[in-house]
Order: sequence, then C-alpha cells, then structure tokens
Amino acid sequence: MANYPSELKYSKEHEWLKTEGETITIGISEYATEQLGDIVHVELPQPGDEFGVGDAFCVVESVKSVSDIYMPVTGKITEVNELISDNPGIINDDCYGEGWIIKVATENKSELEKLMASDAYEAFIAEES
Amino acid sequence: MSKLRKTPLYEEHKKLKARLVPFAGWEMPVQYSGVIQEHEAVRTKVGVFDVSHMGEFFISGKRAEEYLNRVTTNNVTKLEDGTCQYTLLCYENGTVVDDLILSRVSPTEYIAVVNAANLQKDLKWLMDQNKEGVEIIDRSDEFAMLAIQGPNSEKLVSKIYNSDFSSLKYYNFSQPEYHGAPSYVMRTGYTGESGFEVMVPVSKACELWQDVMTLGQEFGIQPVGLGARDTLRLEVAYSLYGHEISDQICPLEASLGWVIKLKKGDFIGREALQKVKDEGLKRKVVGFELTEPGIGRDGCDVYVGDQKIGYVTSGTFSPSLKKSIGLALIDISHVEIDKEIELDIRGRRKKAIIVKTPFYKKM
Repeated sequence: MANYPSELKYSKEHEWLKTEGETITIGISEYATEQLGDIVHVELPQPGDEFGVGDAFCVVESVKSVSDIYMPVTGKITEVNELISDNPGIINDDCYGEGWIIKVATENKSELEKLMASDAYEAFIAEES
Repeated sequence: MSKLRKTPLYEEHKKLKARLVPFAGWEMPVQYSGVIQEHEAVRTKVGVFDVSHMGEFFISGKRAEEYLNRVTTNNVTKLEDGTCQYTLLCYENGTVVDDLILSRVSPTEYIAVVNAANLQKDLKWLMDQNKEGVEIIDRSDEFAMLAIQGPNSEKLVSKIYNSDFSSLKYYNFSQPEYHGAPSYVMRTGYTGESGFEVMVPVSKACELWQDVMTLGQEFGIQPVGLGARDTLRLEVAYSLYGHEISDQICPLEASLGWVIKLKKGDFIGREALQKVKDEGLKRKVVGFELTEPGIGRDGCDVYVGDQKIGYVTSGTFSPSLKKSIGLALIDISHVEIDKEIELDIRGRRKKAIIVKTPFYKKM
C-alpha cells in the first residue's frame, strides 16, 4: 500500500509540503514516484529563484519520461537538495525523507489552505487512477 | 482513434500489476517492477517479454526465394532450412519500409516477423510487389510470441521443452511441439544477450507464459516491459524503426550495410543504395555519451558551436553503464570518435562526446 503521511499537505500535481515555521519543504508523493518509475536525472532550480503557484520549478526524468514539477505555493527557494542531484534514485527510495526536493520561504501561507490533507489526497488519487 | 488491441497475455500482465500503455495500436506493458530492475535481470539472469503484437507473415510458393530476394536487401539464397536472417524491405528510393527477421522453413516456405506498427503497410507493400505469384498470409492473429532473453534463457527454454537447446545456434530456429501444438523457437532477440523468441498458437500463450514464470523461478525469471526493451536494445545500438531507420533515412546511414547485399542481383532499392554508396554518405548515425547530467532524447538538435549538425534519434539512461547515452544522425564531416558535440535539451546546451558503439559489451 502506498504511504501518505498525515502530517503533510498534498497538491493535485502530486507534490507534498511540510511546514516548519516560515520554511516549507516540498517533494513529490509516493504516487508520483510510482507513476514516474526509476528516476535517473533531476534538474534543480537555484536558491534565490522565485516562483508563483503553478510554475514549473524542477524537471524530473525517469528512464522513459520527462516531467515538470510545479510549485504548489508562491515562494523563494532557500535550499535545494544537492543529494538528489547526484543520486536521483533517492527520490524513489525515500520520497518523504532524504528525497525532498526544495525548501522555500513563503509569505502567503493562506495558499496552504487550498491543499489537501492525506485522506483527501488518497481519495483524489483513487478517483484519478 | 480505434480501440487498442490486447495480446492473449493481457490478463497475465494485469495480474502482475504491469503498467500498460498504448503502443503501435496495442495496450502493452511498459514496466512491471521497474525498468532498471527488469533491465538488470535480462543482463544477469533471464527476462520474458510479451511481443505478441509483432506481425508474422507466412510466404510460400515455388518462386518464394526469388520473390523475397527481390523485395529484401539481404541475400535470401544464403538461408537454409531452419535458419533466420535480419533484413530490410526498402522502397525504390532506398529508404526503409520496415526491418524484419526472415526464417526459412523450407525452400518454398518462409516466415517474416515484422514490426507491429508497420504490419498493415508491410503487408500491402509485399502484396503490391508480388509478381512471382507467391502466397502471402498474415497469420499474426494466430500466434503469440514471447522473447526469453538473458544468460539463463537457454536453461529455461530447455526445461520448458524438456529438450536440450544448447546446440541451437544464433539465428537458427527449430519447430518443436509445445503441449501438442506446433511452435517455433528462434535463437534471436533484441537485447544483446543470448536469447530466444518463441512463437506458439494463441491458444497456448497463457500456458507458455505460466511455464516460463513457474519453471523460470530457479533461474531468476523477471517479466520485462517495453521500457527495458528499449534500454537493452539501445545499449547494444540496435536500430529501431521510426528512430534510426525510417522512410526518411537511408539504411547505409544507420550502418546497416551488412544486411544490404548490393552484389546479389537486382532488388527494390538497389539502384538508389548503390548511388549513395558510390557518392559517399552525407550523414551517419553515431553513438554519443553525455558528459554532463541530463538525457538527450529523440528529436533533440545536435550542435558543434553555432552550427546544427543533426538530431538525436534515440536517447536514454543506460542502466548497465549508469550513463546517459544515445544515437544521433549527424553530418558526416563531424563523425569522429571522441569529438565534442552539444545537445539542445529543452533549450539548454549539454555537452556530449561521440563514442563507439555498441555502448555495452558482454564481459
């Protein structure tokens, strides 16, 4: 069974978000990693880059496909996970832990309210697949 | 868009939770457990692929050899009973209708295995060229085909048939019975590994699949989808129709001169191919390796400085080499091993070098 930690929020584009103070960590959900398959390359943004909701901020490539990852909130990137740049497979192995993608600072926390809790996200996936 | 077709093994793929995708009008498994794991299984143990979507034509008649020698590029007179040949169907202009494997059952009966995507086009082409009065029967719907590939494939096929297949040579085939039904076991494949392609009547498809999965346990059997089929073939630089060969590319440019026998007598496309050979190639398919992160997929433009010199025909991540590899069709003046080139990957230039193919060689 796929795993969707309840302490995270989820977007319809299959990103997860974890809020700690002013910092939001963003990665992709287990459903997304299963859909992508073995991830072999990640193109990360630079710290300092700013994005709006729905902007493509990262490219994830599996053996067979290329996918954009979209910003679920408005924000400025404070940190990127260099570890996945060298070892993209970590995203498949541990998407909620070591396989995180970026950390952002956001001023508009109200955007988080539009995102789904884990149970709503699970229902959303069940509907989609 | 017509409805997607399902192979006789569709339910087996479902049971194994394969991800199914549309491919050449069929709903086919692209992966089961993961492309990299499936790839590794074929390189180190044994994998099974459902290739039932491929076409099988039976071509027979007194003048079958003469006909086939005129429509294909390889020398059909070199075939003996029980042997197979990789060959091409060409248009008059020398470009390719399809690539295929031709097997001789008897001097008057042959089997052609063709690409699923080209089946109807091939059949029409073959019928239209038929001046020799041969019989061409499309029996694709009567047969299922499994590719059993990898170092343990010989042991597995021997066990399935309870018969020793170690003496069946590369590009030879035999016709053993399978559970009372006729079958064809060809020592061919598309992976660069020792392997077999087995044709059985559709009614026996599930039985054979289950035999492979059950008897294959001890040999490390893994079902393999189209994803790994592509990474496996690309590591050994085998051409794929629609990529390295097509009706827009001369097969000599794809280094397929070894299956084009210009001296065998007249055949369709001979004149055009001879002309290309006499005048010299203007472009050629080469192997490349990216020297920075990224994957150069088919369609990416290739540059040297500001000059566009060609495009990528196939590109992937090589699970065996852990490198980003690919094939590109480029201007002949730039064909030089170790030469630095650049690929335009979604608007960004990435460095690569031209390398020898195959990328992967068996130790």
